[in-house]
Amino acid sequence: MILDYEVLKFIWWVLVGVLFIGFAVTDGLDMGVGALLPFLGKTDLERRVIINTVGPHWDGNQVWLITAGGAIFAAWPLVYATAFSGFYFAMLLALFALFLRPVGFDYRSKIANPMWRSTWDWGLFVGGVVPALVFGIAFGNLLRGVPFHLDELLRPYYTGSFFGLLNPFALIAGLISVGMLVLHGAIWLQLRTAEPIAGRAKALAKPIGLATIGAFAFAGLWLTIAGYGYQVINMPALDAVSNPLTKEVAAQRWGWLVNYWRYPLTLLFPILGFAGLGGAIALSMRDRPGLGLVVSGLGISGIILTAGSAMFPFIMASSTNPNSSLLAWDVTSSHLTLTVMFWAAVIFIPIILGYTTWTYAKMWRRITVEEIKSQDTLAY
Amino acid sequence: MLDSSLIELSRWQFAITAMYHFLFVPLTLGLSWILVIMESVYVMTGREIYRDMTKFWGKLFGINFALGVTTGLTMEFQFGTNWAYYSHYVGDVFGAPLAIEGLMAFFLESTFIGLFFLGWERLSKRQHLAVTFLTALGSNLSALWILIANGWMQYPVGAEFSFETMRMEMVSFSEVLFNPVAQVKFVHTVAAGYVTAAMFVMGLSSWYMLKGRDIAFAKRSFSVAVGFGLASILSVILLGDESGYEVGDVQRVKLAAIEAEWETEPPPAGFTIFGHPSNADQETHGAIKIPWLMGLITTRSFNTEVTGLKDLMRDHEVRIRSGMIAYDYLQRLRGGEDTPNNRAMFKQHMDDLGYGLLLKRYLDNPAEATEEQIQLAVRDSIPEVAPIFWSFRVMVGAGVWMLVLIVMGFYYNAKRIIEHQRWLLRLFLLSIPVPWIAAETGWFVAEFGRQPWAIGEILPTSIAASSLTAQDLRLSLTAFVVFYTLLFMIEMFLMIKFGRQGPSSLHTGRYYHERKTAVVGAGAAPKTAPNQEHKGDAA
Repeated sequence: MILDYEVLKFIWWVLVGVLFIGFAVTDGLDMGVGALLPFLGKTDLERRVIINTVGPHWDGNQVWLITAGGAIFAAWPLVYATAFSGFYFAMLLALFALFLRPVGFDYRSKIANPMWRSTWDWGLFVGGVVPALVFGIAFGNLLRGVPFHLDELLRPYYTGSFFGLLNPFALIAGLISVGMLVLHGAIWLQLRTAEPIAGRAKALAKPIGLATIGAFAFAGLWLTIAGYGYQVINMPALDAVSNPLTKEVAAQRWGWLVNYWRYPLTLLFPILGFAGLGGAIALSMRDRPGLGLVVSGLGISGIILTAGSAMFPFIMASSTNPNSSLLAWDVTSSHLTLTVMFWAAVIFIPIILGYTTWTYAKMWRRITVEEIKSQDTLAY
Repeated sequence: MLDSSLIELSRWQFAITAMYHFLFVPLTLGLSWILVIMESVYVMTGREIYRDMTKFWGKLFGINFALGVTTGLTMEFQFGTNWAYYSHYVGDVFGAPLAIEGLMAFFLESTFIGLFFLGWERLSKRQHLAVTFLTALGSNLSALWILIANGWMQYPVGAEFSFETMRMEMVSFSEVLFNPVAQVKFVHTVAAGYVTAAMFVMGLSSWYMLKGRDIAFAKRSFSVAVGFGLASILSVILLGDESGYEVGDVQRVKLAAIEAEWETEPPPAGFTIFGHPSNADQETHGAIKIPWLMGLITTRSFNTEVTGLKDLMRDHEVRIRSGMIAYDYLQRLRGGEDTPNNRAMFKQHMDDLGYGLLLKRYLDNPAEATEEQIQLAVRDSIPEVAPIFWSFRVMVGAGVWMLVLIVMGFYYNAKRIIEHQRWLLRLFLLSIPVPWIAAETGWFVAEFGRQPWAIGEILPTSIAASSLTAQDLRLSLTAFVVFYTLLFMIEMFLMIKFGRQGPSSLHTGRYYHERKTAVVGAGAAPKTAPNQEHKGDAA
């Protein structure tokens, strides 16, 4: 095999990150748009304009999430097992909210009844806000450490509760997640709709963006003051077979800041988060939403990478039995599986990016109320 | 030991969500190709009616597709949420096809489906046809990858257990890929999907013909579907999945259960048409048999034996005892006694570890099982026979019924007098649910017949679930049932609404409901003759 096992383990940490960022930057648009739908669309036609800006793309965008799930299953089986079963009701909450999107988008405009349409509009709102909130909350809990342990046969046990996940720090992380996606969606609507919707979206971008920046700073401060973090004390060889019970881990004050201290380049991620969101607001204000969208995408990437790099190599730290923590080095699949999956990703991700770009290019235009009127049966 | 009601409820939840998902999948698999055929004719001939056909059947396709996506999300998450130990134990092998399915298939179908619906005005004819084709290709590729994953659950090749990581690990990707069970399953399943779509289009077209509406539209739709349907039903039946029953113990048990064959018979074995199989008595009461038939169908030879369940269970007992030894050495190895001797002993019995794990249902340490517990494990080393026996017969009956119907449909369609065969049109209409019955019973045979295994001979279902509580499952299962029922009612409501409207729902002004109002408005209401119906054709 061409690539060493430990190199592949690191590459897969990056690739899972890429898939999550791909999800946040593309499907985040749809979620942000869903969250804004009931507020920015005053009439049925306006709401249809808003829906149709993402209508052709939301389904493809959602596959970033599905593939991220599949990739975690394939690359980090024990993370998939522990996180999904541990966060059981939180995952189901996100899942049930996500249910509302395929049916919401496709069924909403098939019937003219205002009750029907308004119900689905709120369904799309829930389908946008709730998953974003849940995923943010999940990240917040990863940063705090999750109460779980593994038994001798590597069966994971989660010993917390659903409501235990809803702690203040995690809720702030949830708000950051919602906030950054709503900002992203607002800039998208500014770019892809005409007045008056575009103006309303622009007016919302600034307060939402600033609130998100504030929440991001506050979470950083909280994390520093609370001194969250864990450190590996004793680690077997990085290219050893994946057995998460062979290392030693302990909670350590400011453990999540160690990487920033040791590898100062990683400080670029939080800076990118702040600068990206700030830049996106500024560009939106100056009526440059096209560039603003790109910059807001960079900001989102920065925020996700901030959390990821703070924890590296931790993926899930255990608060009740730190030695059970799951690391990028000791929960991966076998060398062969990582290799096969690596080539699948190397081949398909560029192809996906290629045809996705083509579909966006083909459907690119400002959508207007007049256009929706003229294509009543063709549009969503 | 996991709580047995937790296991039961987890199984119910998986069965309900998977079978519900499979209400929408087969129609997607087949209808996508029917759309490709219709649109190809439009692009080649330029006749508008074929574009209308693509759009109308595409509308129904979309209503169905939305729920396919919705319920598919559950499937992607559910291994982790509810089958955590499974996910850990086999994720190294099973996860890979799922992830590749995402990269190769889901992206393709989901990226282009949006343009299929919303891109008519923005793409050239050929570009739009390409979009339709890629959507169909994507959905069919996703079937390929998920069936490679499922085939591996039935017949786990290309993988080996590692005591250090306490899981199965892939040793040959090509063996997983070219698993013979996966290959026949793929052909059988997608062809069944094609039949489903063909029956759906023919059934609804028959209704339009019976009502005397949009005859030209209905006849053309019927024509496309009947050709496609005939090829597909022949594939389903002739390339049935029986050749996949010769490999692996799980498949052999399933075959014996399908036939309720308790004792090994001299070849070629007889086929039991009816009977009452009983696991408790280990025999089939009141069996009516046709000599030779089963041996010929399943082994395609006169002298290959079909092993009976009692012989299979005797074999299982031997392997359970060997599995106890494997478990004993596994404990030593994981406990730190990593000596060459322990490794050698473990390796010798490793292939039977899964059988040892069957005992986990009765005690924590299988190595210490009593004789009574061993007998219990032997007893449930085969699935409950009667439900499999009957489901299989329902599936085959449905298949034969559809074959007869489609052959007749093909004949009358070729003679161009299908619209006058009202009895046959009625049968087609009434038979719309039949392919779904066949598909669901078929999956039931495949998956219930795999019990007691989650992964054949490797991982028993009884230890595969997450460490949740039965109460958690009661809550989530109720939520799924309520939510899914609601969604199903909404979906059926829309399907029936648009099915009734027919192509008039496209608002082209060319079809029955719109023309009828136009004609009534003009003060005269002559019933339109079929051949005058679509002046738009040439446009």
